[in-house]
Amino acid sequence: MIIKQLSVFLENKTGRLNEVTQILGNAGINMSAMSVADTSEFGILRMIVSEPEKALAILKEAEFSVRLTEVICLNSPNEPGALARALNILSGESVFIEYLYAYSMDNKTANIVLKPDNIQKCIEVLQAHKMELVSASKMYKI
Amino acid sequence: MIWNEKIECASRDEMRAVQTERLIETVKRIYHNVPSYRQKMQEAGLVPDDIKSVDDLSKLPFTVKTDLRDNYPFGMFTVPMSEIVRIHASSGTTGKPTVVGYTRKDLNSWSEVVTRSLCMAGVHRDDIVQVAYGYGLFTGGLGLHYGCENLGASVIPISGGNTDKQLQLMQDFGTSVIACTPSYSLFLAEEMEAAGIKKENLKLRVGIFGAEPWTENMRKEIEEKLGLKAIDIYGLSEIIGPGVSCECEHQVGMHINEDHFIPEIIDPETLQPLPAGEIGELVFTTVTKEGIPLIRYRTRDLTRLNYEKCACGRTLVRMEKCKGRSDDMLIIRGVNVFPSQIESVLLEMSETAPHYLLIVEREGNLDTLKLMVEVQEQFFSDEIKQLEALRKKITHKLQSTLGISVDVKLVEPKTIERTAGKAKRVIDNRKL
Repeated sequence: MIIKQLSVFLENKTGRLNEVTQILGNAGINMSAMSVADTSEFGILRMIVSEPEKALAILKEAEFSVRLTEVICLNSPNEPGALARALNILSGESVFIEYLYAYSMDNKTANIVLKPDNIQKCIEVLQAHKMELVSASKMYKI
Repeated sequence: MIWNEKIECASRDEMRAVQTERLIETVKRIYHNVPSYRQKMQEAGLVPDDIKSVDDLSKLPFTVKTDLRDNYPFGMFTVPMSEIVRIHASSGTTGKPTVVGYTRKDLNSWSEVVTRSLCMAGVHRDDIVQVAYGYGLFTGGLGLHYGCENLGASVIPISGGNTDKQLQLMQDFGTSVIACTPSYSLFLAEEMEAAGIKKENLKLRVGIFGAEPWTENMRKEIEEKLGLKAIDIYGLSEIIGPGVSCECEHQVGMHINEDHFIPEIIDPETLQPLPAGEIGELVFTTVTKEGIPLIRYRTRDLTRLNYEKCACGRTLVRMEKCKGRSDDMLIIRGVNVFPSQIESVLLEMSETAPHYLLIVEREGNLDTLKLMVEVQEQFFSDEIKQLEALRKKITHKLQSTLGISVDVKLVEPKTIERTAGKAKRVIDNRKL
């Protein structure tokens, strides 16, 4: 259930995001989801890739500050109120969300990548409520 | 007016006689009272009797800033603490400050040399002096303060900052003399303009500016904008504070109060004394101080000396405006900053690596310091709040160590240039 997300520290400089995507592309690593969090000074690129360990090694080699972070991915119906229902359950159980990003590839469902403060508890809560979590292997293959 | 004409206009021979007598006495005292000095002299094969005149000065070992740190805080004092009536401190090269102590006699000598300096600058007892140097551990504020009182001028001890109030008092009290850093005087000028205050409506006539390097162009600008005569004053807390030397109204070099502080110029590489007129590192031996006398203290300031009699009538040797440093010390808004201080802060914090770059800029008329620190994997967090917290932590620690605010910027690893030799840690973009 736990997905290894790749996080990269980026300075706010032209061309840096491009460089990361180029390096991964050249290594034949595919990206299935990504988001960039930015502040006035720097940004953090977060992504789900086909081979997280390999991507980590390659980016380290290229001297990026990079790490793997554990996240989970919730598969939710693509309809009004669905995300609210999930978040309601989590906040009801005092699970705190550090950040999230979401994407949808068809009309039926959407994937929501979540970084909770307590990942085990988050998984238990969601499963107890019959919420569908995407497996890591499936995520990497998208 | 010349405050102490007898000594300030003494012949070279008279001055040498005074210096010799005081030097011999000082060397004896420290030899018997400070173990680290005694040891240094013994290592050089010297006993106090070897020092017979001021010509023997060059036989004595040097004192450097790290000696003060090694004996932190009071190890270099030559008198018991019961005799010390004041303590000041300035930046050290690492986290520990450089500490100096004054006896009552030292404070009197300090007032004397500052009073002489004020007279050189053309200040007199009818003047109203606004002391806008910081009061506190920094020697600037209190140093000027006691000199002004000794002269009999009226002191406004407003201390640094609080620009609105500075301008208000300047107008309401009819301030005729302002004492602050040259960059702050330009900032005041800008604020005056913004507030619509005309220099013609102020009574300013003299500015006593020091604690940081400034150029002749800055002098012209300050004089023009504030309508006063801008006088350069020099000092460092290790020697006494402001008043080590000061310009007279002719503005042709700073007269050193050499009956208290004997200057030498040395080659910073070979450490050999240089002939008069050559540029080298300024070294001082204090010959009247009781609290913490220093023998051949290396100031790291580069300048040259001129022994010709000045048009003002004084014979006190003159030093030129400092031309730079023989170490990497920076002076930011009057505060001394050593890159090594920053390095020790970063090393103390387990999250940071000692790869950093300091960028100094002059924005408007005020200096700013930006620190770029590399984000290492070990402290790279995936969460922005953690990185922001780290940035705040570094900023706070630097602020409390350096005493000035630093703009901390996190950068990617290896973005800071590595060089084979000595790492380039500082980019100074100020045009001085």
